[in-house]
Amino acid sequence: MTNLEKYNQAFIENFEVTEDQLPGLKYQDVEAWDSVGHMGLIASLEEAFDIMMDTDDIIDFGSYEIGKQILAKDAYGVVVE
Amino acid sequence: MNRIWNLTAFEDRTALLDEDGESMTYGQLWTEGDELAKAVGDRCLAFILCRNSIGSVLGYTAFLNHGIVPVMVNSHLEGTLLSNLLEAYSPEYLWLPADQEAQFQGMKKTYDARDYVLLKTGFTKHYPLHEDLALLITTSGSTGSPKLVRQSYTNILDNAQSIAEYLRLDEMERPITTLPMNYVYGLSIINSHFLVGATVLLTDKGLMQKEFWQFFREAGASSFGGVPYTYEMLFKLRFFRMDLPSLRTVTQAGGKITPELHEKFAAWAAETGRNFVVMYGAAEATSRMGYLPPEKAVEKKGSMGIPIPGGVFELLDAEGSRITEPYTTGELVYTGKNVTLGYAESGEDLIRGDERHGHLETGDMAQFDEDGYYYIVGRKKRFLKIYGNRVNLDEIDRMVKAEFQIEMASAGRDDHLYLFVTDKKMAEPVREFVIGKTKLNPAAFKAVVLDEIPKNDAGKTLYSELAKYYE
Repeated sequence: MTNLEKYNQAFIENFEVTEDQLPGLKYQDVEAWDSVGHMGLIASLEEAFDIMMDTDDIIDFGSYEIGKQILAKDAYGVVVE
Repeated sequence: MNRIWNLTAFEDRTALLDEDGESMTYGQLWTEGDELAKAVGDRCLAFILCRNSIGSVLGYTAFLNHGIVPVMVNSHLEGTLLSNLLEAYSPEYLWLPADQEAQFQGMKKTYDARDYVLLKTGFTKHYPLHEDLALLITTSGSTGSPKLVRQSYTNILDNAQSIAEYLRLDEMERPITTLPMNYVYGLSIINSHFLVGATVLLTDKGLMQKEFWQFFREAGASSFGGVPYTYEMLFKLRFFRMDLPSLRTVTQAGGKITPELHEKFAAWAAETGRNFVVMYGAAEATSRMGYLPPEKAVEKKGSMGIPIPGGVFELLDAEGSRITEPYTTGELVYTGKNVTLGYAESGEDLIRGDERHGHLETGDMAQFDEDGYYYIVGRKKRFLKIYGNRVNLDEIDRMVKAEFQIEMASAGRDDHLYLFVTDKKMAEPVREFVIGKTKLNPAAFKAVVLDEIPKNDAGKTLYSELAKYYE
C-alpha cells in the first residue's frame, strides 16, 4: 500500500466515510469524527506508519489536509501524496 | 426565589466564562434569571436543550431557583427521541439555543437572553407537578425510552453540599466543562461550584481539540471531570507531559476506570501535587454516592472509595441480609438524602412523590476491604457503560426487534457493545440503527453474525454463551 492509501484507509475505517468525502474533511464534519473517533484515527495512523505523535500534533490534527502536513514534519517523515 | 443557590451572595464574582470571552457574574445570573423566570410565569414544566453555554446555564439556574421544572436533554438529541419525550411530558416551554429555533416551527418565541430563546410549545395538556419535584433528567445514554429520573430540591442541594465538602471547594475554583450539563455528573459540577461562588468555564470543545486546551490555559482551569474513556484519551494525549500550572484536581466517574489507568493517574497526582479523585454515583442518587479521598488514590487502587458525607453504603447478599465480612460480594445499597424520588415514564408520573425513601438499590455488585473501602466487581442488570453513558442491553434488543422483526441479542463489555444477528444482510443495518439511536461513536459497536442465537429450552437467550465472542 502507498502512504496515501494507508492514510486514506485510516479515515475510511474510523469514520465510516468514502474516499470522495476525504478532501476538505474536518473534525466534527461527520458524527464519527468526535473525540472518540479522533483517538481511533490517531491510533490507526501511529500503527500504520509506526510513529508516536506529540500532544500538540494530535490536537492540531483538525482536518484531512492538516494531517498530511503534520505527518510530513521531520519528526515523523511520512510523506502522503 | 432561591430554592437552591443564593446567587446574590457572590454578586460581583464571575459565575460563568465561555471560550469566546463572554462572561456572567453571579449578580447577572440572578437578575437575568429573574427576568427569564418572569417571562415563563407560574411553576410549570420546561425542556432545556442543553449545551455548555451561558444561555443554557442561565435557564437552568433560573428555572430551578424559581420553581420551574426543567427536563434536561442534549441539544443534539435525535429528532424522534426528542419528539417522543415532548409528547410524553407535554411541557409548556422549551429553552433552547437560538440557532435551533427553526427546528420548532409553529412554536411561539416569547423571550430570549444571551444565546438562548424561550418558545411556548402550545401543548394544551399540562400535567400536575408534585411540590418536591425540581428537575427531570435521563439515566444517561437514553436509548429512546421516555424514562426520566425525578429529582427534588432537597436531593440537588444536599448532593451539591456534600460534593463541595468532600472536594473542599471554594470560590477560587475554576472547573472547565468536559461533560454535557444534561448528564448528571456534568450538572453536579455546576451545582456544587455555584454553592461556593466559583467560576465555571464553559466550552463544548473536546479534549482532542486545540481550542479546548487554549481556553484551558488562558482561563486558568483548576479542575475537570472525566469518564473512564476520558482518561484513556488523556493518556493517549501524553497528558502527563502537558504543562498545565493552573490544574489542581481531576475527578473521575461515569463507570469504572481500569486499575492500570487508576494507578497511572494516582501516581501522576502524587508526584505533581495534584488531586485525583475517583468517584461513584448514578442519576438515581442525583449524582454522587461515593468518592475515594485523593490521599488514598495510590493505596486503594481499583476502589471507588467510601460514602460521601451524609451517605451510607451497605452490601446485601442474595437473601437480602447485610454482609459484614470484607471481600464478600453483594448488591450495593445506598442511603442518603440525595436518593431521588423515583422515575417518571410520562407526564402522569410527575404528581408522584418520594417512592424510594432515601434508599437506592444500585444494581452494582460490590465488595469492601478491611478498611471499609468499596470496590465495584460487577452488575446485577444487563447494561453497559459506553463512553460513560449507560446503555441498557435489554432495551437495545427490544428496539432492534421492534424495528427489524429479527432474531438478535446484544452483549459486551464497557465501551464495546456487540450485536449478534443471524442474518448476514441485517448486520450492518442493525448496527447503524443502534448507532443512530444511541448517538454514540460507531467505534463502540460491532455486529457479529452467528448461525443461531444461543437459547435455553424455555427460549430464553443465553447471554453467557455470547461472552466468548468479546472476552
